[in-house]
Amino acid sequence: MGYGDVQMIDENGIRVDGRKAGDVRPISIELGVVPVADGSCRMTWGTNEVIVAVYGPMEAHPRKIQRQDRAVLDVRYNMAPFSTSDRIRPGFNRRSREISKVTSDALESVVLLELYPRSKIRVEIEIICAEAGTRCVGLTAASVALADAGIPMTDLVVSVASGKINGVVVCDLNKSEDNYGEADLPMGILPNSGELSFLQMDGDLSQEEFQEAWDYNMEAAMVIGGYCAEALKNGGYNL
Amino acid sequence: MKGWSVARPDNMSGKGNAAGPHDSQQAPLLVAPGEDLGDSEGYEVGHGVIVMDGRLRATKQGQMKKDGKSVSILPSRTKYFPRPGDLVIGLVEGCTNNIWFVDIGAPFNAILPMSLGPAKMEFGGTRSVIDIGEAILCRVQEVEETHSSVVTMKGMGLRKIRSGTVEDIDPHLLGRLIGRQGKALRQLKEDTECRVVAAENGRIWIDGDFEGMLEVRNRLRKMTAEAKAATPGGVA
Repeated sequence: MGYGDVQMIDENGIRVDGRKAGDVRPISIELGVVPVADGSCRMTWGTNEVIVAVYGPMEAHPRKIQRQDRAVLDVRYNMAPFSTSDRIRPGFNRRSREISKVTSDALESVVLLELYPRSKIRVEIEIICAEAGTRCVGLTAASVALADAGIPMTDLVVSVASGKINGVVVCDLNKSEDNYGEADLPMGILPNSGELSFLQMDGDLSQEEFQEAWDYNMEAAMVIGGYCAEALKNGGYNL
Repeated sequence: MKGWSVARPDNMSGKGNAAGPHDSQQAPLLVAPGEDLGDSEGYEVGHGVIVMDGRLRATKQGQMKKDGKSVSILPSRTKYFPRPGDLVIGLVEGCTNNIWFVDIGAPFNAILPMSLGPAKMEFGGTRSVIDIGEAILCRVQEVEETHSSVVTMKGMGLRKIRSGTVEDIDPHLLGRLIGRQGKALRQLKEDTECRVVAAENGRIWIDGDFEGMLEVRNRLRKMTAEAKAATPGGVA
């Protein structure tokens, strides 16, 4: 069987994990899981599990990183060595550096950094268990943890990835769909305004498929944004 | 839920509150960042609220408060932000020949110039008066536009903390600690026979005998735990 021949969706549109094309994996959100942090969040999304801790705003050290007009957002995404079946070598690598950068850029568009000139907000994203779409879970959990820390934001950021498997566009890819699928479109969406804060694409999608994936992501982001808001108000959310 | 209104995914948009901010007279409305609070026309924007495209938007998680024409958010958790006149407890983090750098729990360290120090000293003698790592009771003198602040030790009761212990609580819990007209704090002092100084930055100086200090510390921790359990949003 070739790389693209793995059957991941049947003729009734049911995926390997029993979901339909537009379904999102179960989500639960817990706040205040790191008592020493200013804000924290544990999010489970399917089999993914991530803990995010936010510290600050605090004095930015070393001084050369200080910005005179706004705060610096220092985001670190890290996968625990035991988070996947293949052991991950501890420490920063090229992938975690890239994801830290895109997460930071996505959050900068919503956090009111200009209120805290010359200071730093530290966001630590730790992936405990990885299935697929950890950058999406990390970004969503980071925005909830920032809100939990009382950092002023214009909106939350909810990230979802849709993609193509066996020629069908589906929402929220799981591990096998991510590995053997044809394309992947993660997006960071502001649920209240419907604006976009980040978009990446891996693989090829036609214009129609892109539109379909976009619509799935938008629809899912609005619903997940509601879960996040509810979690912030109630101290957690469990679907 | 205890009767708190919660936005559901289906009322996340501004459709349901197009007429203006919700009336918070009946029940405090819990909001999350980015939530639409209604039309901005005729309303003044308070803490935690901004105007975007003619609509009021929450920027913090907490309770929405409507006071006349002013709309603000009472945040569930927030960092201490210095204001001139605040009594604060600072920890000296560093010093030069004529300046101390003081951590007051704000986003940026404050400075204490030698001229505003507790005693007269020679240029270069800062460490002999207050050393790095020591705690001081001081007052915020000035907050600049860039948010760097200057503290002073010139004033009644401002001193270096030489005895007792300093405990931290979240700054928004100070109201709960002090109580109406200082009643709760007075009661705490009487019960434990300790000197308790609550600074605006959430640091509490406790001085007295060992048993009393332990009692105050336990009560502070209990209060934080209770506030956390009682506050919708889960954070104290």
